Amino acid sequence: MPRPGFVLDVDASTPPLLFWHGEQFRLERLPAGRSRVIYPPEPVAPLADPDAAVRHALLHPLGDSQPLPSLLRPGMALTIVFDDLSLPLPPMRRPDNRQLVVEAVLDLAADAGVDDVVLIAGLGLHRRMTEAELRHALGDRVYDAFAPSGRLTQFDAEDPGGVVHLGTTDHGEDVEISTRAATSDLVVYVNINLVAMDGGHKSLATGISSYRSLRHHHNARTLQHTRSLMDRHRSALHASAWRIGRHIAASGVKVFQIETTLNTDTFPDPFGFLSKREWEWTARDRASYVAAASALDRTPAALRRSIFSAVRAPHRMASVQAGEVEAVHESTLAHLHRQQLVEVAGQTDVLTMGVPFVGPYNVNSIMNPILVACGSLGYFFNLYRGRPLVREGGVLIVHHPTPWSFHPVHHPSYIDFFEQVLPETTDPVVMEAKYEEAFATDPWYVHLYRTGYAYHGVHAFYMWYWCAHALQHLGGVIVVGGEPRAVRRLGFKPASTMDDALEMASDVVGAHPTITHLHAPPLLIADVR
Amino acid sequence: MVERSLARFAAARVGGSRLGPLRLATGMDEPAPPGPGWHRVRPRLAGICGSDLATVDGRSSRWFEPIVSFPFVPGHEVVGTLDDGRRVVVEPVLKCATRAVAPPCAMCADGRTNLCERVAFGDLEPGLQTGYCTDTGGGWSQAMVAHDSQLHPVPDALSDEDAVMVEPAACALHAAAQGPPAATVAVVGAGTLGLLTVAALRHLHAGGRPPGRVLVAAKHPHQRALAAELGADEACRPEALERAVRRATRSLAAGRQLTGGAGTVYDCVGSPASLAQALRVTAPGGTVVLVGMPGPAVVDLTPLWQREVALRGAYAYTRADFQAAFELAAAAGLGRLVSARYPLERFRAALDHAAAAGRREAVKVTFAPGKDR
Repeated sequence: MPRPGFVLDVDASTPPLLFWHGEQFRLERLPAGRSRVIYPPEPVAPLADPDAAVRHALLHPLGDSQPLPSLLRPGMALTIVFDDLSLPLPPMRRPDNRQLVVEAVLDLAADAGVDDVVLIAGLGLHRRMTEAELRHALGDRVYDAFAPSGRLTQFDAEDPGGVVHLGTTDHGEDVEISTRAATSDLVVYVNINLVAMDGGHKSLATGISSYRSLRHHHNARTLQHTRSLMDRHRSALHASAWRIGRHIAASGVKVFQIETTLNTDTFPDPFGFLSKREWEWTARDRASYVAAASALDRTPAALRRSIFSAVRAPHRMASVQAGEVEAVHESTLAHLHRQQLVEVAGQTDVLTMGVPFVGPYNVNSIMNPILVACGSLGYFFNLYRGRPLVREGGVLIVHHPTPWSFHPVHHPSYIDFFEQVLPETTDPVVMEAKYEEAFATDPWYVHLYRTGYAYHGVHAFYMWYWCAHALQHLGGVIVVGGEPRAVRRLGFKPASTMDDALEMASDVVGAHPTITHLHAPPLLIADVR
Repeated sequence: MVERSLARFAAARVGGSRLGPLRLATGMDEPAPPGPGWHRVRPRLAGICGSDLATVDGRSSRWFEPIVSFPFVPGHEVVGTLDDGRRVVVEPVLKCATRAVAPPCAMCADGRTNLCERVAFGDLEPGLQTGYCTDTGGGWSQAMVAHDSQLHPVPDALSDEDAVMVEPAACALHAAAQGPPAATVAVVGAGTLGLLTVAALRHLHAGGRPPGRVLVAAKHPHQRALAAELGADEACRPEALERAVRRATRSLAAGRQLTGGAGTVYDCVGSPASLAQALRVTAPGGTVVLVGMPGPAVVDLTPLWQREVALRGAYAYTRADFQAAFELAAAAGLGRLVSARYPLERFRAALDHAAAAGRREAVKVTFAPGKDR
């Protein structure tokens, strides 16, 4: 029986605490008597027979959906949309959940005599996946069966003939999605729900939607009113996605949603200590830490990235549910909450966290400063339900080297965003009004997005909007060990050590502040009472 | 004073200005006004220009040899006082009118006195400008001479600092006008000339020239801040200029080569690297204006050829430019660009400061000879 997550009050006997520091680690001591640490629950047991579980889910759908076989018939057009490389994190060992699900769906389609089947990677405005990434997600059998004939595609939001406008929601939101999906007899969406933000109507409303549609919920004001991204009932972004998803359904697009969750068994050996509580480290764990930390500190950054890019997480499918979108997603959230929620009493003055090597947008890439901001203020800050972990006006202390480094192929518009936009303003509302459209419609970014492996020109703005709630809420952000120039460009303050950072934080929140350390990943959701 | 010494010019090329032809001359006779219409000018402030530095460092082109006369006292950015107490700015070009050449050459007759064809002839020894002519003296001194045709009275409201910027501002105004108006304009370099070119472009826009987006490549943070204050739409690090121009023009890129570019680019540095960068960011059919004083250069001119880019020099100014520069100096408060004033005795420190102006957060370094007395 896995142990639940819990909150540790730091006292004199508490050992130094692990902080992620990009592709490195640090041990830090937090002040006793006023610090606490939130540990995630231990991983739940994975499904013993995921193939059987998938098949069961397809045959016993939730909500008002028919079992999948009864939705399949000869001559129909079937489109299978699947989550892209932003999930899961880190990438999982083969077979990936998507492979297991897609193979099961294809088997049923074949049994039903469905010939017109197209697979679409639900990129939204993310970069295209490489062949290796597609093979990893779908397996070689699916790739080899569909890619050569052009039936394995990747969504192109800028293909004029590839998207169709389905009208607007009652809130005036444009609904423009993949033409192939919109004109199919059935769309099957295959998801991996790593965190509560994922899934539900958001899958289609982002995965196969154009900029024209996405801008209605991926914007500064919506994200300022998304509290939090992990709590869809208090998220303006999800409310918009739900309206769009319902409009898609009302437009006659039939969707069969398949959502999976993973357990939180996140790190393989020799990094097992990363998932443990420090006082339970064995001698072997301590030796592993020392060996890994010192070796990584001596390793050039590019090589460190290569090492971590090769990490394949041991997490495995923990649940699978299929059928009508909303019913499926409610079930998914229940599974997620069961394995990720940690009750936390009250807010803190200072929240500390270490940002790890990977986020959704730097898989096989570089975590540039904008992604560091998004990872900390966008994602980790939002790992809450109820109230933010840190009080309004409080301080966030982030551990990350924050190098002034960008992947020129994956993130070309990020470089320009960093050079042109951030020096002028870090206000998401101001930058949206002044610069977003120019970046979103820049023909060079469009070209790179469509033909290369670049995130869409507007994507850097979305990363900053992801921070909008935190930027409004916090009294300051301090980055420990970050490259000062890059940190300042983000509008944050650099600190050399955790002690310095805590002293700087005191200037904002007062002397002897309460401190909470978010010990993640593995991921958790703080249920702040 | 700069003396004719090939050995010293050669030594300066290797060892810098300390080994060069410049020395402090004491006990010299003040230059006498050579005739009617000439006046003694006592410099109040005299700027150190990039071309001065190139001269004392031995880096300037031998092109100038026939059109200068030794020994000469440098200093062509001068605000001074006449014997009657009036403050004046000296327009240094030694044109036909100044040299008593009659009839004037075709260029002077056309008002294009900066292109005078008689700068080695007439009543004066050769010298394209005051500060390069043995007869006139120069601003880096206690006294020099200037002709009526060179004098511009300084309005009381204009400070000495504003006034000493009039001459380089006139250069910038003249240069800005040499490039055709364009939707996107790039300025390479943000030393004195680069910053003044930005100010000049905005001045011309205010005067009715079609406005364009002005991008500036500036090496140092204070230069970027000043460029923005003077009207640049975007000031970026030099290595970011290509990206900035691409964004502004919504150009595509083939490899690192832009398919489009800025319609007009001002090279305010004059080095092979700056010219090469200017050519990289100029649109097909566009114009590069060479503002900074160049020297011998090895530059790949293939983009100039393949994209039919025009390369145009911009030297000095006309009288009209000079008069307009007074307006610009006052309107833009150009005196704020004066970062330091040195007595003549500390000329080595002054030259070191000017040579490292960017790194030392300075723009215009000047001599204040009047303060010696």
